Amino acid sequence: MRADLQVVADLVPPGSEVLDLGCGDGSLLQHLMQRRGCRGSGVEISDEGFHACLERGVPVLQGDIDQGLDDVADGHYDVVVLSQTLHALRRPAFVVEEMMRVARMAILSFPNFGHWPLRMNLAVRGRMPVSGFLPYPWYDTPNIHLCTILDFEDLVTERGLEIDRRVLLDSEGRPAHRRAIRRPNLLAAAVVYRLRAPGL
Amino acid sequence: MSAVSQPGASLGRVETRRTVLFTEDRPLVLESGERIAPVEVAYETYGERNADGSNAVFICHALTGDANAAGHHGDPARPGWWDNIIGPGRPIDTDRFFVVCPNLLGGCQGTTGPSSTDPSTGRPYGLRFPIFSVGDLVTVHRALAAHLEVPRPLAVVGGSLGGMQALQWALDYPDDLGAAVIIAATARLTAQNIAFSAVARAAILRDPDFRGGDYHEHGQPAYGLSLARMIAHITYLSEEAMREKFGRRLQNSEVPRPGFDVDFQVESYLEHQGTSFLNRFDALSYLYLTRCMDYFDPFADEAEAVLRLHEGRTRFLLVSFDTDWRFDTSHSKEIVRVLLAAHRQVSFREIASPWGHDSFLLEIPEYHRTVQAFLRQLANGNGH
Repeated sequence: MRADLQVVADLVPPGSEVLDLGCGDGSLLQHLMQRRGCRGSGVEISDEGFHACLERGVPVLQGDIDQGLDDVADGHYDVVVLSQTLHALRRPAFVVEEMMRVARMAILSFPNFGHWPLRMNLAVRGRMPVSGFLPYPWYDTPNIHLCTILDFEDLVTERGLEIDRRVLLDSEGRPAHRRAIRRPNLLAAAVVYRLRAPGL
Repeated sequence: MSAVSQPGASLGRVETRRTVLFTEDRPLVLESGERIAPVEVAYETYGERNADGSNAVFICHALTGDANAAGHHGDPARPGWWDNIIGPGRPIDTDRFFVVCPNLLGGCQGTTGPSSTDPSTGRPYGLRFPIFSVGDLVTVHRALAAHLEVPRPLAVVGGSLGGMQALQWALDYPDDLGAAVIIAATARLTAQNIAFSAVARAAILRDPDFRGGDYHEHGQPAYGLSLARMIAHITYLSEEAMREKFGRRLQNSEVPRPGFDVDFQVESYLEHQGTSFLNRFDALSYLYLTRCMDYFDPFADEAEAVLRLHEGRTRFLLVSFDTDWRFDTSHSKEIVRVLLAAHRQVSFREIASPWGHDSFLLEIPEYHRTVQAFLRQLANGNGH
């Protein structure tokens, strides 16, 4: 399993019922089901991802997260995960709202567009940044809503959500060196948040 | 898009067997409390049953299917109705699974139905045959499973009315099944669905040859039954499929021949479907089975359905087709919604296919690949 998924997995309380949005090949859910006693299902838009989940025995609904989660009742899940998918959504703020509707706890991860090598790329070389987390050229990228740590935390504040945990990641997806905490928006390549609706 | 691996071969020649599952001493008791005896069931099996019967995959057929799901009865050019998905190396793999396909209760292809002989009169039941439900179809399926020493099928698979049976089975016997594969089905017919059925039944009931259901000495109400089939066939194909298949093309001429004879290809197709149906289907079975579908409403008391499903261990795969307007994707999504509320393990996919409701019978690679992957991981004991 990818290093950043391991960080996400460690933030999921054992025994939770989990919904993984944009679950890809289902490896995170399989890990949570086998190692952490979780139950869960995924939502995946691609045929390849859907098929890979079926082959792993991971329950998966093929669908477009941007359309919302109509089939899911309020508060149905303990945890909802959106891993490395936020920046590819057409309606990221709406999806965050939907996540907080269907679960008490949300775990999100995304690349930090404020990471210094990306800034350098644009500022010094005058080129759109390309990195491990953002490997696509500008004309052929699914990543349409990139943001920085500061930008995202503005949204969190505006929506009245509570940051329960924040883990900064390096460019390999592992927890970043502790120095990164001093200037997270400059030094973290990606970030994982655990959010709660207020008052819970 | 990768194709289904190893399409595999056909099963070759197969045979329908029959067994009496309910007798005068142990009659079939319907949900209504009415009794039927004897009940004979026609069925076929493919592949080898393993020691404890845990590799059994039960096939439930749709409205006009029969026990001959795969293989053929002597003419390889006329294989069973689901031959493209069942066979060695095919998605429902007879090298792995013990596949069972019965003709359903009320049918007319070997299983007891309204045109069978009523032992109390020595004549066909006709309209004296009791009304039965999808739950009653499942009761008979379970009796066959017990007869074949299959205490817990690995999966029940069905399309359309077949999928409705799979859903009912999972609901009524939550510990009975490893999995239910529910394709192009519904938990509740819409008013429009019932309306089409009503017109089809009216065609049969108003045919003078129907004779109140006692037509057996005189022959079928051919006019009404073929008309019923023509109406139904319109709902099986999408508008797109009809346009592609027939367009406005003429059957026998270059120029239109205005008049009331068959002129357009689509008319000829419907005429053919209607007429060929007469050789293989019975008007009374058509009435009873469509009525059985109309009344199917397993989520009428949703809270109770959720509770019952919650107790079970059954896993679900639902598949719909994007051009199916008989049971469109919203029907499948409604089932998904209730299954999720019951915390069941559900996978769901809408498959792109131009062929409408009929798609579930066709060899569509992404569809077959989905069924194959789901059944394979069940067999590998990959469940969590």
